[in-house]
Amino acid sequence: MDQINDFISQIQASGLYLARWDVVLALLVGSVGGVLIGAIPGVGPAVAIAILLPATFSMEPIVGLTVLLGIYGSSMYGGSIPAILINTPGTAVNALTTYDGFPMTARGEARRALSLAYSASFFGGVFSVACLIFLAPVLAKIAPLFGSREIFLAALLGIILVVVAHRRHTLIAAAMASFGIWLSTIGLHPATYSKRYTFDQAWLSSGVNLIVVVLGLFALSQAFILLQGDDEKIRLGRLKGSYFQGFRELARHPRVAGISASFGVVMGMIPGVGEFTAQFMSYTYAQKSSERPEDFGHGSSEGLIAAETANNAVPGAAMIPLLALGIPGEALTAMMLSVFYVHNVTPGPQLFQNDMDFVVALYLALLILNVLVVAFLLVATNQLIKVVQIPNRFLGVAILTLSFVGVYSLRNSFTDCILAAGFGLLGFILKRLHLPIVPIILGMVLGNIMEVKLRSAMARVKSPLDFVDRPIAAILFSILLLVLVLHFRRVWLDRKERKARKWSISHSSTSFAANLSHRRNFLLTERGKRLRAKRSRYSRPSTDDR
Amino acid sequence: MSEIDEDLKRPKRGQFLFAVFFFAVAALLAALLWDQTVWKQGKDLFSQARFWPAVGVFGMVGFTALHIWHLPRRRFSKPDWVEARTWLSVFEFAAWFLVYVWLVPVIGYLPVTMVFAAMLTWRMGYRSRKMLWISVIFAVLVVLVFKSLLQVKIPGAALYEFAPAALRNFLILYL
Repeated sequence: MDQINDFISQIQASGLYLARWDVVLALLVGSVGGVLIGAIPGVGPAVAIAILLPATFSMEPIVGLTVLLGIYGSSMYGGSIPAILINTPGTAVNALTTYDGFPMTARGEARRALSLAYSASFFGGVFSVACLIFLAPVLAKIAPLFGSREIFLAALLGIILVVVAHRRHTLIAAAMASFGIWLSTIGLHPATYSKRYTFDQAWLSSGVNLIVVVLGLFALSQAFILLQGDDEKIRLGRLKGSYFQGFRELARHPRVAGISASFGVVMGMIPGVGEFTAQFMSYTYAQKSSERPEDFGHGSSEGLIAAETANNAVPGAAMIPLLALGIPGEALTAMMLSVFYVHNVTPGPQLFQNDMDFVVALYLALLILNVLVVAFLLVATNQLIKVVQIPNRFLGVAILTLSFVGVYSLRNSFTDCILAAGFGLLGFILKRLHLPIVPIILGMVLGNIMEVKLRSAMARVKSPLDFVDRPIAAILFSILLLVLVLHFRRVWLDRKERKARKWSISHSSTSFAANLSHRRNFLLTERGKRLRAKRSRYSRPSTDDR
Repeated sequence: MSEIDEDLKRPKRGQFLFAVFFFAVAALLAALLWDQTVWKQGKDLFSQARFWPAVGVFGMVGFTALHIWHLPRRRFSKPDWVEARTWLSVFEFAAWFLVYVWLVPVIGYLPVTMVFAAMLTWRMGYRSRKMLWISVIFAVLVVLVFKSLLQVKIPGAALYEFAPAALRNFLILYL
């Protein structure tokens, strides 16, 4: 009974944080803005958060974070609209929604698909927030057990998970994470007061600003991609039917929805894993356990529910490592970390111990946000789908104009803008080559955390074994080893599969054809050389031809 | 989908060029490690100013080298240079951005943003009056929301100094 009373008084105290006009306005702007941004393919929450970040620095932490959290949490709702209607995901995490959403549109069930996506997203969002509100007291007990060495190990685990999560790009992802670590070291070293990679330039003494890098890699690079590309012609059909049918349909699949949301919560809590893994795990589970697995990829309602529930359960859970340990698990929470730093609030065990009201207020904001977004979408979808038709190159102009606000308002520095343009170019190249960008940001943030925490941890460590003699450190270290072992096992299996595939496709007949082709090419080249030599005015006529 | 199928979908051109360029930069930074960082006697390895930059640069060199070694094609070809030309074409937009940044403190946020948005919209091939007006309205909205409403830190222009005193303060504060 006492626990229930404590819980209610906790909610009441946190509610006071939110009962202010500026927080309510932030909730509205965040939710509506996030849906709009998500619905425009080619913008995405990372671009929007990067641009808005400096503007939130002048706000109170709860207001600024509510806007950013609003954009983060609601962009996936919006992202499902173009994914379902035009087969183009609005945000990267809606890619799986296209598998089943667009086939439903193709057979004239666009409104059913949208309605299912909204209700699944709503369920995922609310489920994760409910889990976290109930988990908060447990986390408050566990968080103080994290000392320097545990936070160092968690950050190291985060960076390793980010790298290995980029399957097929693991090596270049590791190189990019190292690049991020190197970037974080530029400037004055606080422990020895010595300069590192400043090349005697005064503007490098204070280091490279994370927001400049984020704006360059996410916002400017996206503007360059859009400006350099072509506009796409988009046709939208008329939507018929009720938006409420999705809730009824969702109620018929409680198992898929519940397990997908749980995957989202668990994966969201682990730094460096996030939406993609949660989605693929829940989609695979839904397909394997379905009575009609053959429908998946051809407009299955279960597939759509699995994808949308899992991705929307992640944002709430992703706030856990950020708030409890000060470790961001992906690029968006890394950006949010800078809001805390600007206001001298250090997220970590102390925040959970001393300012639990603030933490729960953030979760309540996320809960209200989900309700606001669904209400907005049920009313405004018909008008909202028109934003899909904004031409790409004009969007590029808009993002470039807005990026200026983000970069220049930081320190009014022209040098920052040049740096951001440089990172924009790097991001443009990486996006064109389909190479990972996020490890650079996480390398920068986690590299800095690892440096500080390792230094303070080593002061109390006599032998290497002392580093893992505490229970949480030992658990983290074991997980780290397990992740590495599983990764190398997968690399070995991939290699085996590749070899087997190579053997199976290289038949003697194809080798013979390849030999013939090489021989023909060789003869043609030789003939070309002979003919050119014969026709050249300057070469001596060959005696062979006479 | 297997790894091989995914490899086939991945863009090929430019991969080797980028990897080699990144490796060259990483190797250069690694060579400068001893010049750009210090090693203080008496401090342990993890407290040294050189330790984390070394982790970064040697990580860049090592992982990029392995990445190059694993690339399916390890020699330059004509499509690489075609791709490089696309990369270079983006310098034009970076230049647009930097000229915009350079002009704002001189002429003023509102006028420069209006002209910038309209001119870049024109450059992008939108020649209709409707699109040009939309770009100008968008520019005005951006300035109103960020500078006038949210009061983000963008300095008043040098040109505003020539305006009459009453107007000058308004221009500097809100536009």
